Amino acid sequence: MTLPPAIAVDRLVKVYRTGTAVGGITFALPRGSVTGLLGGNGAGKTTTIAMIMGLVTPTSGSVSVLGTDMARERHRVLHRMNFESPYVDMPMRLTVRQNLRVFGRLYGVIGVDERIAELAHDLDLADFLDRQTGKLSAGQKTRVSLAKALLNRPEVLLLDEPTASLDPDTADWVRTHLETYRARRNASILLASHNMREVERLCDRVIMMKRGEIVDDDTPDKLLARYGRETLEDVFLDIARGRGEAREAAQ
Amino acid sequence: MSAHPEIAYESFSGRRIGAMVLRYWYLLRSSWPRLLELMYWPLVQLLMWGFLQNYVGQNASFFAQAGGVFIGSVLLWDILFRGQLGFSISFLEEMYAHNLGNLMMSPLRPIEFVISLMIMSIVRLMIGMVPVSLLAIAFFDFNLYALGFALAAFFANLILTSWSIGILVSGLILRNGMGAEGLAWTIMFLLLPLACVYYPVAVLPGWLQSVAWLLPPTYVFEGMRALLINHVFRADLMVWALALNALYFAAAAGIFLVLLESARKQGSLLQTGE
Repeated sequence: MTLPPAIAVDRLVKVYRTGTAVGGITFALPRGSVTGLLGGNGAGKTTTIAMIMGLVTPTSGSVSVLGTDMARERHRVLHRMNFESPYVDMPMRLTVRQNLRVFGRLYGVIGVDERIAELAHDLDLADFLDRQTGKLSAGQKTRVSLAKALLNRPEVLLLDEPTASLDPDTADWVRTHLETYRARRNASILLASHNMREVERLCDRVIMMKRGEIVDDDTPDKLLARYGRETLEDVFLDIARGRGEAREAAQ
Repeated sequence: MSAHPEIAYESFSGRRIGAMVLRYWYLLRSSWPRLLELMYWPLVQLLMWGFLQNYVGQNASFFAQAGGVFIGSVLLWDILFRGQLGFSISFLEEMYAHNLGNLMMSPLRPIEFVISLMIMSIVRLMIGMVPVSLLAIAFFDFNLYALGFALAAFFANLILTSWSIGILVSGLILRNGMGAEGLAWTIMFLLLPLACVYYPVAVLPGWLQSVAWLLPPTYVFEGMRALLINHVFRADLMVWALALNALYFAAAAGIFLVLLESARKQGSLLQTGE
């Protein structure tokens, strides 16, 4: 029997009073894949991720995660997925351990304290487990957010710029950990990022968005070849500035 | 790495409710000024109204006979007011911490979230009210617990009203953001004159009496006066209050769910600031 895709998005539309944020996108992520969701500010990445998580109700279209319709049955699958973003704070006044305990119980993790100890070892949190979350450095907060996202050993992981504002060493460390986690658990990851080197390193597929639409969707190698560029950053700039469309029109 | 734990799906989970109660308990115990504040205002109210009652009682025979009416009113009013505030403050903690997105992405269901807020409203209320009710015995010889079953009926009806209002206000804040925060602190004061906390319904103009009888707390405060002044427990008043409470609670829960869905449509769960 074929397993349903990790994430299936079908003709997804989100219209706010201020305009269209997502204009009818369709894609499916196979199990165990790492897919980059790229686009400039206002491209619709965050709204797309929020609709996948069930935080925002689509105007039309559908989202299913691990075969479960998120509009009607999201509570059946939320414990099998998780989310991490440096822009979504963890409660500041609780200690790291307290926060992880609360979220561990919310996600139904069995043996929460053992799981916290395991993550503290893996993510090097032991030194500040009992410190208030609000008093941590940006790098430490990111590791804590990552620990929260991995608490329930999610099969589907959504990441919104997971290494934003981190120094290169910490960012590299986070990427390595994500690679390890994916390899160990065959997890499916959807990664929204502005960091093209991160996308080149982690992703086996890239979806390019612009003004709420998908403008390209392929492996990093094929995108580089199609746009005749050396780096994804140049491809990104071509798309953002409309040069890709011009080249296709000329051809 | 240990084996993947099989996390069973539960449509309703006491464990998730416990997780939220644990979160609020961690918050509460992390700040002793907050704990002290839970007792501060009920104590101030008790002392002010208690001494006023003593003064009036020495100069008017009616009040001398109706011992404890003011103090009873103030303690029952605090159940209503602090119950709603306890509910709303726990909810506001999530708004202040920008944590609502995390919670709404987790398996926590809205009904479990609301139940955890209800539990915390009782916890916060007890921390404030139990010491103050004991001081009422020491200072004014007024024993709230001597009301027995009547106290249980009064408490149940008042806390149900406080939850209904707390749920409604939380829904409005969810939908409209922190611009609606003021409602959490002030809405209950609208009930103070209408629910006839310190005086009988009969003193209101006729048309306003009809409005007052639409409010469950009015029945409680009338019932308390009947008990303390005439020594009669009015079960009929409690049944009316309970029926109205059931109606308002169901309406508040329904409105909350509609506002939550509206917040999802508007995308306001992503931006829980002003």
